[in-house]
Amino acid sequence: MKTVKLEETAVEIDASSVYYRDLNDEINMAVNEGAKHLIIRNVNGQRYIGAGLQGDDIRIDIHGVPGNDMAVFMDGPTIEVFDNAQDGVGNTMNAGNVYVHGHAGDVCGYGMRGGRLYVLGDVGYRVGIHMKAYKEKTPILIVGGTAGHFLGEYMAGGIIVLLGMERRPGQPVAGDYLGTGMHGGTIFVRGEVDSRRVGKEVGIEKPDDAEYKMLKKELSEFAGVFHLNYDDIVSVPFVKLYPKTHRPYGPLYNARWYWQRGG
Amino acid sequence: MLFKKPQIQYYPYIVQRDDYRCVRCLGCVEQCSYDATFYDEELDMLWNKHEACVGCKRCEAMCPTDALKIIPNPSRPYEHQSWKWDLVMDAYLQANTGSIIITGIGNDKPYRVSFDHLLLDACQVTNPSIDPLREPMELRTFLGRKVQKIELAEAEGGNITLKTRLAPQLQLETPIMFSAMSYGAINLNFQESMARAAVRLGTYWNTGEGGLHKRLYPYVNSGIVQVASGRFGVSRDYLKVAAAAEIKIGQGAKPGIGGHLPGEKVNPDIAETRMIPPGSDAISPAPHHDIYSIEDLRQLIYAIKETTRYEKPVFVKIAAVHNVAAIASGIARAGADVIVIDGFRGGTGAAPKSVRDHIGIPVEVAIAAVDRRLRAEGIRNEVSIVATGGIRSSADVIKIIALGADAIYIATAAMLAVGCTLCQTCNTGRCAWGITTNDPRLARRQNPDIASEQLYNLVRGWSHEMKEMLGAMGINSIESLKGNRLRLRSIGLTEKESEILGVLPAGE
Ligand code: SF4
Ligand code: SF4
Repeated sequence: MKTVKLEETAVEIDASSVYYRDLNDEINMAVNEGAKHLIIRNVNGQRYIGAGLQGDDIRIDIHGVPGNDMAVFMDGPTIEVFDNAQDGVGNTMNAGNVYVHGHAGDVCGYGMRGGRLYVLGDVGYRVGIHMKAYKEKTPILIVGGTAGHFLGEYMAGGIIVLLGMERRPGQPVAGDYLGTGMHGGTIFVRGEVDSRRVGKEVGIEKPDDAEYKMLKKELSEFAGVFHLNYDDIVSVPFVKLYPKTHRPYGPLYNARWYWQRGG
Repeated sequence: MLFKKPQIQYYPYIVQRDDYRCVRCLGCVEQCSYDATFYDEELDMLWNKHEACVGCKRCEAMCPTDALKIIPNPSRPYEHQSWKWDLVMDAYLQANTGSIIITGIGNDKPYRVSFDHLLLDACQVTNPSIDPLREPMELRTFLGRKVQKIELAEAEGGNITLKTRLAPQLQLETPIMFSAMSYGAINLNFQESMARAAVRLGTYWNTGEGGLHKRLYPYVNSGIVQVASGRFGVSRDYLKVAAAAEIKIGQGAKPGIGGHLPGEKVNPDIAETRMIPPGSDAISPAPHHDIYSIEDLRQLIYAIKETTRYEKPVFVKIAAVHNVAAIASGIARAGADVIVIDGFRGGTGAAPKSVRDHIGIPVEVAIAAVDRRLRAEGIRNEVSIVATGGIRSSADVIKIIALGADAIYIATAAMLAVGCTLCQTCNTGRCAWGITTNDPRLARRQNPDIASEQLYNLVRGWSHEMKEMLGAMGINSIESLKGNRLRLRSIGLTEKESEILGVLPAGE
């Protein structure tokens, strides 16, 4: 591993043939010594980059493909990946930004509580599961391409935006079971969504003005990060998917003795 | 048409009131959280709605003149050997509601308890027994991965240093810990009581999956934080401050079933601790959706290890199910430092009755199977085993350690220590003993000063008894009992059952 100090707070790390534990040790050491900008080159599947890293002023550029669970439990930093990313990006992330210039794998944004996760390309299965909002925190996941099955399953809060750009003709924007078990949060889909694919707990309607305003703000940031034409993105109307109830399973259970319910 | 459905009038308890003794203090009206007691001012009479009584005995315990007795309703349907009373009542309830029956606490069915068919050894003549009151006796236990061998290096000046990097360990002064019970399922007073008792006892308590409340930060060095499928309250700081992290895959009372704290129980304080909006349902999906294989589990274990910089042991908790030995072997290989096996008699705040009563296997059998399997594979040292779910006494602790566990967790026993009467209605959130409720009026009934003392006493009593039993066996350290099945004999078990437990029948 070669670590080069570029300037006072910037370092460049060559990750070729480096074991993930050593790479993460190196990253943690650099951050502990005051590095604010880390450029990591030749990344090739090393896992857990940025795991539990803290600090809003830390920036990590990743060249190459990072491994699973990048930014897991992360709390503040910004990671930009100039290639594809693998599974579990932003798992249980608390705060910070992750920008992926390519595709990302399965279960990205699991239980994410805050921060932004932007993926320019497609994402795999079970993405955005159990995302939640908390106080002033609202996690935002924007996918430029399409998503696999079970997008937003068990979603409890936060915002998922699915743009479905650069699709092959006839290719659906999302897989089946979209929003199954959703009991909080909102999913916005650019264009139409096939109601057949949507979980039965989920309602579909048009976003209202306030939501459009919020969407436009987020999308202009998304366009800025990836140098896209913002007007193209918003030229198509969106639909909104929302949970019909915050208590999907309430009536299904009963106390052991009937009379405990006051029956 | 009848004014109410006929089945409702059958009920399990009667509140028997001795009106000569009753002084009309109205304490019972105040104490009953199930609206089963009321006062009629006009008649100056206390009345009970027997059909609302859950048999928690709170009023009976608090009555200053001993005027109350909660007795089983003598009017029962014909004692059918196949159609037990609870099955009949369940059928009635479901015919009326069409819903899933939820209950609390653990499996109450009369399955064989192997603990009650195991006997301990003692020394006679040929080797001396030990008196723990006068001779050293050690219960200290270390949980975590143990190395196969250690390498030493000689530093300058002839100092010997350890070259092998040891895995992180938890040091327990007694092999009894407090099991995972989340803030939400129980209230903070009870959680704080366990935390305080754990600190005093030199052992550990567990947050459960509901996050770590700031009031409990002072006890966090003795705290194990749980990471369950809902990831409630799980953050970098949460993982970093605790003594260890526990990935909850399953729970003995409801293997394969997730958790669900209904929105109306999610008050602002619980919401803050779980890091979710107040009033929203807290749903823990049945599986972790990022774990579909041993490799995926390894990924989460190492995500936590990376986040905590390999300084904390990672526990993985599973329910005892049929294939538990093979699963435990996978978990050991996935890098867990400690495996927790929760037997099918483990308790719960709420579980479908059908699941609670019929899924899983007993912890004694599971521990014996897991220990044997890991030893056969030569990896027993790589992981510690914690047994939980159905451990009721110091003798059970000794027996399960002899069957291969390193330590145990208690939960139901801890609730008994603070008043629980096993009424099995924790799911209602109305616990009159103030344990499994977050109603502030009821939660006040658990005073951490008193409750922590009760918990301390229980574990202290058990620990002393364990020392007595070890002494009788001529063993001066709990370490030497671990997996030592020769000190056990079975009585009244079939040959096959004894074989599975790895013990000889009494007399052999
Ligand atoms: S306090 Fe408990 S035992 Fe007494 S009447 Fe109420 S429910 Fe029954
Ligand atoms: S904790 Fe409370 S509600 Fe649950 S069984 Fe014990 S006394 Fe009953």
